[in-house]
Amino acid sequence: MAANDKILLAHGGGGRLTDELIRNVILSTLGNYTLCKLTDSAELRIGQNNICFTTDSFVVKPLFFNGGDIGKLAVCGTINDLAVSGAKPLALSLSLIIEEGLEIEVLRKVLHSAAEAARGENVEIVCGDTKVVEAGSADKLFINTSGIGVKLPKADVGFERIAAGDKIIISGTIGDHGMTIMSHREGMKFESDLKSDCASVAEICEKVIEKLGEDIKFMRDPTRGGLAATLNEIVNQANYGIEIYEENIPVNLTVRAAAEMLGFDILNIANEGKVVIAVSPQKAQECLEICRSSNNGKDAAIIGDVVASKEPLVELITTIKGRRIVQMPYGRELPRIC
Amino acid sequence: MLERINRAYAQIARAQKTLGRRINIMEVCGTHTATIFRAGLRTALPEELKLLSGPGCPVCITDQGYIDAVLSFADRDDIIIATYGDMIRVPGRKGSLEQKTNRGNIKIILSAEDVLKLAKQNPDKKILFIAVGFETTAPATAIMANEALQQGIKNISIFSNHKLVVPAMEALLSGKNHRIDAFLCPGHVSVIIGSDAYRPIVERFKKPCVVAGFEPMQIIEAISEICQQLANERPLVASVYHAAVTPEGNRTAQKIINETFDIADGYWRGLGKINKSTLKLKEKFSSLDAEKQLGIEFIPEQDLTGCCCGEVLCGLMDPPDCGLFATNCTPDTPVGPCMVSSEGACAAWFKYTRKKGRVDGGKR
Amino acid sequence: MCLAVPARIIELKGDEAIADCIGNRIETKTTLVPDVKVGDIVLIHAGFAITVLDEDEAKKTWQLLADLDNFSKTDKRVSG
Repeated sequence: MAANDKILLAHGGGGRLTDELIRNVILSTLGNYTLCKLTDSAELRIGQNNICFTTDSFVVKPLFFNGGDIGKLAVCGTINDLAVSGAKPLALSLSLIIEEGLEIEVLRKVLHSAAEAARGENVEIVCGDTKVVEAGSADKLFINTSGIGVKLPKADVGFERIAAGDKIIISGTIGDHGMTIMSHREGMKFESDLKSDCASVAEICEKVIEKLGEDIKFMRDPTRGGLAATLNEIVNQANYGIEIYEENIPVNLTVRAAAEMLGFDILNIANEGKVVIAVSPQKAQECLEICRSSNNGKDAAIIGDVVASKEPLVELITTIKGRRIVQMPYGRELPRIC
Repeated sequence: MLERINRAYAQIARAQKTLGRRINIMEVCGTHTATIFRAGLRTALPEELKLLSGPGCPVCITDQGYIDAVLSFADRDDIIIATYGDMIRVPGRKGSLEQKTNRGNIKIILSAEDVLKLAKQNPDKKILFIAVGFETTAPATAIMANEALQQGIKNISIFSNHKLVVPAMEALLSGKNHRIDAFLCPGHVSVIIGSDAYRPIVERFKKPCVVAGFEPMQIIEAISEICQQLANERPLVASVYHAAVTPEGNRTAQKIINETFDIADGYWRGLGKINKSTLKLKEKFSSLDAEKQLGIEFIPEQDLTGCCCGEVLCGLMDPPDCGLFATNCTPDTPVGPCMVSSEGACAAWFKYTRKKGRVDGGKR
Repeated sequence: MCLAVPARIIELKGDEAIADCIGNRIETKTTLVPDVKVGDIVLIHAGFAITVLDEDEAKKTWQLLADLDNFSKTDKRVSG
């Protein structure tokens, strides 16, 4: 990346361009062993304990959407990063960057959502910060949350644990959050029954670890960039291929219709309440049943397999029995008419 | 559905065997290109049946001069550019609209009606509308232009580059080296123009023309119909898109296109000039015509060294055969038009099949 | 050049309509289909209805509509 290149929106999209920015600019400057692992949370040994530590920033627009708001998102997002790392989330920080002119009532509502989300997961918001910037310098409200958790004793997840033959499970329908947000966007606005899937996956993660321990090889919550980004991250780091079956992927019909309307590939669309799990084949069915019996996992499905491969690719077997590659998304989905 | 698929595949295999040679079917619609790749259709068809991606992506065939002209207006504070999302990443000589979106004067629209809304909301600015697309999209521009005229809206500038599909198909078949055995005809263009519009091609060139919708099953069934026509040596116009397409098409849409546009010669990126292939606004719409209002100057296109888009668009080459494919020319750094649009032949090949020379990512 | 979705007209006033595509409600102009009625399924492209669809053929053509039809018998809303 040349020095006078500029940041594009796509650099924040969680796809290819984000990946390039992280590797070529961020890691090359900050890089250390822990950071370069690029896991959802960093694992640090502190005394006798394995502590997981993570951070995330939330800039969603609009602030309020069907199924949640920026407050709930900020709490669930960070809880999820801890949970998929095999940790029990304990505490969060909450930092606010507020644009001058924001109604205090809006702030109250957001904080109320954040408090409720945290309470629901037995997590405390224990510290924070507040900054106000001049009108025009931020889009109403930006939130950063950082979180810590304690690694569950039976948890042993990581890219290096993944092996050929492992099954890939998704805990529910894909694309709900991204399509809901799109429907509010200027230039794409439409009324709909769409609802964000913004939620915590901590219950699912804890239950599967408790029950299946080291048979749970890897977990990640697919957010920006969708399922496609997460599966590509896995193949690139683990050096295996993945095959998924289109007819097994759970999609809500309204979400599917909305994606078709705008010409989007549902695999590239953001989620905010799902977990992708790589599990030993002999425990896959049991893992599926645990997900389905959890609050947030009733539509869980086994969608594919990890395969030995000379090159790390994600392949989709389509409903008409064709095959094609699922690439790392660019990072910005543009509505098409053709 | 599995039964229908297997039946169609069996028919295709049978016809293929009867013919005993390779069949080349060209599709001329970017949305067909997209569906074929997304469904992995090539990997499911017999190897002797080749699908060629033709010049059916209006973004890919929009000449570079047009893009450059649009970009020259992106820096003006008195202009808002209204465009369909498809055009945002198309590069001209000096970058794309994507690199200018931080200025806030580029608006992505989903409907031509949004142009009217923008004009009313921003009376002190001129709305430059990038009007691209084939006959499916031209009626929308026409209706909007008529409404603007009726309502006395003066701050709209329509930069029309709507293209016509049948002249392009004829130009391809008139070329010396084409290998086209049949056409898979665009479903929604056909909703507007009617399946009868392809009769001249069947009569003059004796090539089957079969209209299909955009579900994978539609394309499979259309291919099956084509193969049977070829095996029987009876080229016909046919349609498997019974839900939406009629022989005569949408007369209301045809009427409004004829009343709003003149047919002119046009330049297609990668193909050169095609006579009577582009729609330009009629004289009575001069006050809304960007070429007249904004003094747009077309600069002739540069020769792109090593770019094989012309051959790819005519079905003479596959993208991986081009020396620039996946090396200098990638979706992030596109050289030619076929890589430019995310659903252009080269971009689709790169995105869904990845490796030079390989059709699929693994075994069949 | 042809992205278009089938949707059912649920409101109609002059040539302005609202169409429902499985829970997504789109504003659409019906200028090109002057004989359209509430309840018809139309094909919408770039904000305009370009034709009225034969409903039975539509269910045979679009997997989305076929799934909707099948699911309405079981109250399911998720495919896959």
